[in-house]
This record gives sequence, structure tokens and C-alpha cells, in this order.
Amino acid sequence: MNSYMVLIQIADATVRVSVPLLLAALAGLYSERSGIFDIGLEGKMLAGAFAAGAAAYVSGSAWVGLGVAIIVSIAMSLVHGVASISYRGNQIVSGVAINFIASGSTVILGQAWFQQGGRTPSVSGAARFGDIALPGANAIRPIPIVGPIYSNVISGHSIIVYFAFLMVPFTWWVLFRTRFGLRLRAVGENPAAVDTAGISVAWLRYRAVICTGILTGVAGAYLSIAQQASFVKDMSAGRGFIALAALIFAKWKPVPVMLACLLFGFLDAISIRYQGIALPGIGKLPAQLMQALPYVLTCVLLAGFIGKAIPPRAGGVPYVKER
Amino acid sequence: MKRLVLGLIAATAMTLPAFAADIKPAVIYDMGGKFDKSFNEAAYHGAEKFKKETGIAYRDFEISNDTQREQALEKFAQDGNSPIIAMSFSFEAAMKKVAPEYPKTQFVIVDDVVDLPNVRSVVFKENEGSYLVGVMAALASKTGTVGFIGGMDVPLIRKFGCGYVGGVKATKADAKVIQNMTGDTPSAWNDPTKGGEIAKSQMDQGADVIYAAAGGTGVGVLQAAADAGKLGIGVDSNQNGLQPGHVLTSMVKHVDVAVYNAFMDAKNGKFTFGPEHLGLAEDGVGYAMDDNNKSLVTPEMQKAVEQAKADIISGKVKVHDYTSDNACPY
Repeated sequence: MNSYMVLIQIADATVRVSVPLLLAALAGLYSERSGIFDIGLEGKMLAGAFAAGAAAYVSGSAWVGLGVAIIVSIAMSLVHGVASISYRGNQIVSGVAINFIASGSTVILGQAWFQQGGRTPSVSGAARFGDIALPGANAIRPIPIVGPIYSNVISGHSIIVYFAFLMVPFTWWVLFRTRFGLRLRAVGENPAAVDTAGISVAWLRYRAVICTGILTGVAGAYLSIAQQASFVKDMSAGRGFIALAALIFAKWKPVPVMLACLLFGFLDAISIRYQGIALPGIGKLPAQLMQALPYVLTCVLLAGFIGKAIPPRAGGVPYVKER
Repeated sequence: MKRLVLGLIAATAMTLPAFAADIKPAVIYDMGGKFDKSFNEAAYHGAEKFKKETGIAYRDFEISNDTQREQALEKFAQDGNSPIIAMSFSFEAAMKKVAPEYPKTQFVIVDDVVDLPNVRSVVFKENEGSYLVGVMAALASKTGTVGFIGGMDVPLIRKFGCGYVGGVKATKADAKVIQNMTGDTPSAWNDPTKGGEIAKSQMDQGADVIYAAAGGTGVGVLQAAADAGKLGIGVDSNQNGLQPGHVLTSMVKHVDVAVYNAFMDAKNGKFTFGPEHLGLAEDGVGYAMDDNNKSLVTPEMQKAVEQAKADIISGKVKVHDYTSDNACPY
């Protein structure tokens, strides 16, 4: 096998593993830009994955699964919203609570409904998002260089993959070209100013966490009914936290978020492909190094070595109207 | 205060003399969880079988993090449960600490040897079972490349991998085996998405039969193999039914028998201590055949694997045990 094909396969794997990170990171972007820190991404993704797996199995339709995943995920977002917006609770604590609730309740409900130890039954056919071949993929395949890129890397993914990447320009457009986006960013920097302009801070923030819920729901559905065919307990396996790292690494901007997620996904793909491979001069490269790299990079960034990551100024602070 | 409460609970338990004459068995599952369709689930089936046959209830607990190992052992011992079965080698440290404190309690540890007078250590010769499925994988592979995906990177899992490679190479000397581990933390037992990705990567490299020794992660491996029309090999429990027609066989580890026997021995007062090595000869490991994989296994494969089994039992073929010297000669 020539090395170009290897590269193509790694790129293909990178796209697949980046998608849940990308969706979760974009989800976090909406919430955090509005001033609501969200470390509950992991939990919402997990709840979404479970809801998608369960609903897709019961209904036999992947779209129903996706819809239910989004609804469940929004509901959990709203719990976080009520706790941190209306009741001005600690956003970190609320986020951690969301993670625990999701990790425990999915298994309990799964066991009660399906008696498979918290796993949902495997789905197939219409209950799962299959890979779609883009038009002309087979015709272009024989063309050197460009062919494999189009037919292997770009074509042949599930619809959620395309949705995730389309969300990047869309999110950019929403944040930087719409009135809602401007207000969203403003409420994360200086809620008092927004309030003075006569706009409801709480309502804006609620809308932001709903956006978060939608995207984490899609991310969860991708895990359980696109990439896999059933929900397995704790299947999000820390991806929500890597997404958070990517969000910080990308300084809360949509396009850099995509690049950060692709970088982290690439590291993951490489660590899978070249586990314990010997590099000339360096020796055997431990897979652990690759797995730790996303976190290391984020720490380096936070320490200020590669630019500065400045979070939204009002992030984590509940807004209290002065009286 | 906590001790007082625990003591009260224990006292309450003792005032219920329903099974006073009987044993009070308990089993503690490992991180994969009771229903991992694999290792822990096999233990669950063994315990359930005991319960059904004898009517003696047992207690169980699924740990969700490492610190609970010692607590769970301690709690069960304090409550007067015996025998207490700890599923997995990860309980080694906790067992060494708790077992001496309760010398009258019968402990069982599976997959590890703890050298204490009141501990029975059940270890399986996974290398032998893996050798057999390796033989089958080599014969079933059309590309001459097969894959192995382990869960957490520990010597025990390398033992599976090493036996598998041995079986493959003994059948087809020029066959290639791609080996991967899912991770280094216990979460590697429960990451089917990553398992699926690793399987895809191995299939990109030409593998067409993939053996997963990875607990819940293996579900994703078998799924990815079936999605691509390739073959997977299950582990611990009979996983042939997970993807009917796409799972060549399963390397069965009779954990259920070990659990059942431990409970039975305790009930009949025949409980023994010390290490117990279960291999092919003792029917502790094996390969699974059922309706789901009947069409996949050709008569010549069946013949070859039975031959290999006979050779191992007779001692003609010796399968290397990775844990004996932390190296794989194949």
C-alpha cells in the first residue's frame, strides 16, 4: 500500500473522530459566548446518545432517534439553564451534576427498558444513519491525488458529518453577522450593557443554552446511531472534555474550533494507526503521548505560550440586576 | 459514625435468619459492569445459575471507580458474606489488604493470583483459547492479515494477543497480525466508538478477521467488522449472536463455571484455597460454536482447531504465556 493511501485513510479517520468533538465544541461555543460555562457537554452528549439509541430502536427511524436526542439534550441544557441563569447557581457545579445525572440515569433507564445492562439493542437499516456517497464519488475515484481525496475523505460519511462541518460557517454567520449573535456575544462580555439596552439577559442566555442542547443532542446521536449501532454506558468516554479543551484552545471562535477539533481528531487517528510504532531517531513513540497531547496543548495555551485564551468576560458570573 | 451505621446494618442483616445455615455469597464486578456481554456478564450468569439451582440469594456490586474496590470488599466481608468473588486482576491490591483482616472469610479473585491462606485465585489460560481462535482466524482470512484489539494495555490482555499470534503463525507462517490496544485507563473497556475506529484502521491495513479482547469496547469492534462485511471474533462470553453471521467465533472463558463452582464448593463445604489454573484441559477456556457461526466455520477449520486443541491438551504444542516473562516470542 502506498503511503498516499495511508494518508487518505488517516484523513478519513480524522474526519470521523473529529465530528463528535466538533459538534460538542460548537455547542459549548454558544453557551460560553453567552456567559454560561458548560462542563456538562459530556453529560448532555451521553444523554443524547442514549435517547437516540433508544428512540431509534423503538421507532425504527434514525430521524426520530435524532429528534428525541435533541429534545432530551435540550431538556438537560434547560436544567443547567434554570440552575445557572434563573437561580444564579454555580455553573461548574451544575455542569458536573449534569454529567453525573447523565452517566447514572442512562444506565438505569436502559436497564429498566431493555434489560441489557444499560445497553440499547443494536439498530440497523433505517434506524441508523448510513454512509452516503456523494454524487460522482465512484467516477472520480480513479483520478490520481484528487480522486481518493474526494471519494474517500469527503464522500462516504453519514449525514451528521456534513451537518457538523456546515455548522461551522453557519455558527460564524450567526455569531458575527446577525443581531442575535451580536447580542449573544455582548451578553457574555457585558450583560449590564445589554440589559440597559432593554434586552432580556436571561432570555438571551436561555436561547444560547438551547442551541447548546441541540448540538450536543446531534453529537450524541452521531455516537450511538451513526458511528455505532447502539448505546453503551459511558460511551462518550471523555469526548465532551476534549471538546471543551478544543473550545479553549480555539479561543471561542468557530473556525479555529473546527481546526482544533480536526487537530485533536488527527492526533487520535494517528495514535490509533501508529500505536507503538518506532520512529527513526526517537525510538518507540508511546500511544499515551498522543492521547495526552490535546490536554498538554491546552495547558500550554492557557499558560500563555501560544497566544492567550481570554474567555468571555462575564463567563461563569450569574447576572444580577442592580436595584 | 459510619462504622456504627454499617454495624447496625450488619446486625439487622443477621437478625434475618432465613438462610442462617446457608452461605452468604457475594460477587463484585469490575468496571465493565454486570452486563458487558463479556467477562462480567459471564460471572453474572454463573451466579444466577447458582441462585436458580440452590435458591440461595447472593449479593453483588458493580464498582464505578477504583477506590470502590477496597470499600466493596470490606463492606461485604463486614456483613459476613462468604465467599466473596472479586472479578478481575484490578482487585489485587484491595484483596491483599482486606483478606488478612477477615481470615474466616473465603475470598476468590479471578484473573490474578493472590497468595494468601483464605484466597482462592482462579486464573485462566487465555493464551490457549486465543491460540485456537488464532488458528481459525488464519484459516478464515483471505488477505493473510488479521487483527487483534485489546482493551486496557495490561499484561493479561497481551497474553490474549500473544496466544492469538501464536495460533495464527502456527497455521500460516507468513500471515500478518496487527495488534492494537484501546487505551491505558479502565475507560478502555467501555469505548466502543474508539474500538470501531481501531477496527476500521486495521481493516484499512488489510485485516479481514479481527479478534477483540476488550470488554464493552469489543461491541464496537464487532459492529465495525460486520458493517464492513468482515469477520470479528468475540471474547469471554459467547458473542457469536451479537452480529450473527459476522462473528467467526468467540474465545470463551468459562468465568461462569468458576463463579458457580466457587459458590457450590462453599455451599458443600469443599472450598479450597490457592491458585487454580483453568486451561483447555480443564475446559476453562474454549471456542464457541452455535447456529450463528455454523456457516462461517468450514469443516477443515473445525478439524484444524480440534487438532490444535488436542495437541495443546496432550502437551505436544505449548502456547507461550505472556505473563510468565512479559515477552511474546512469536
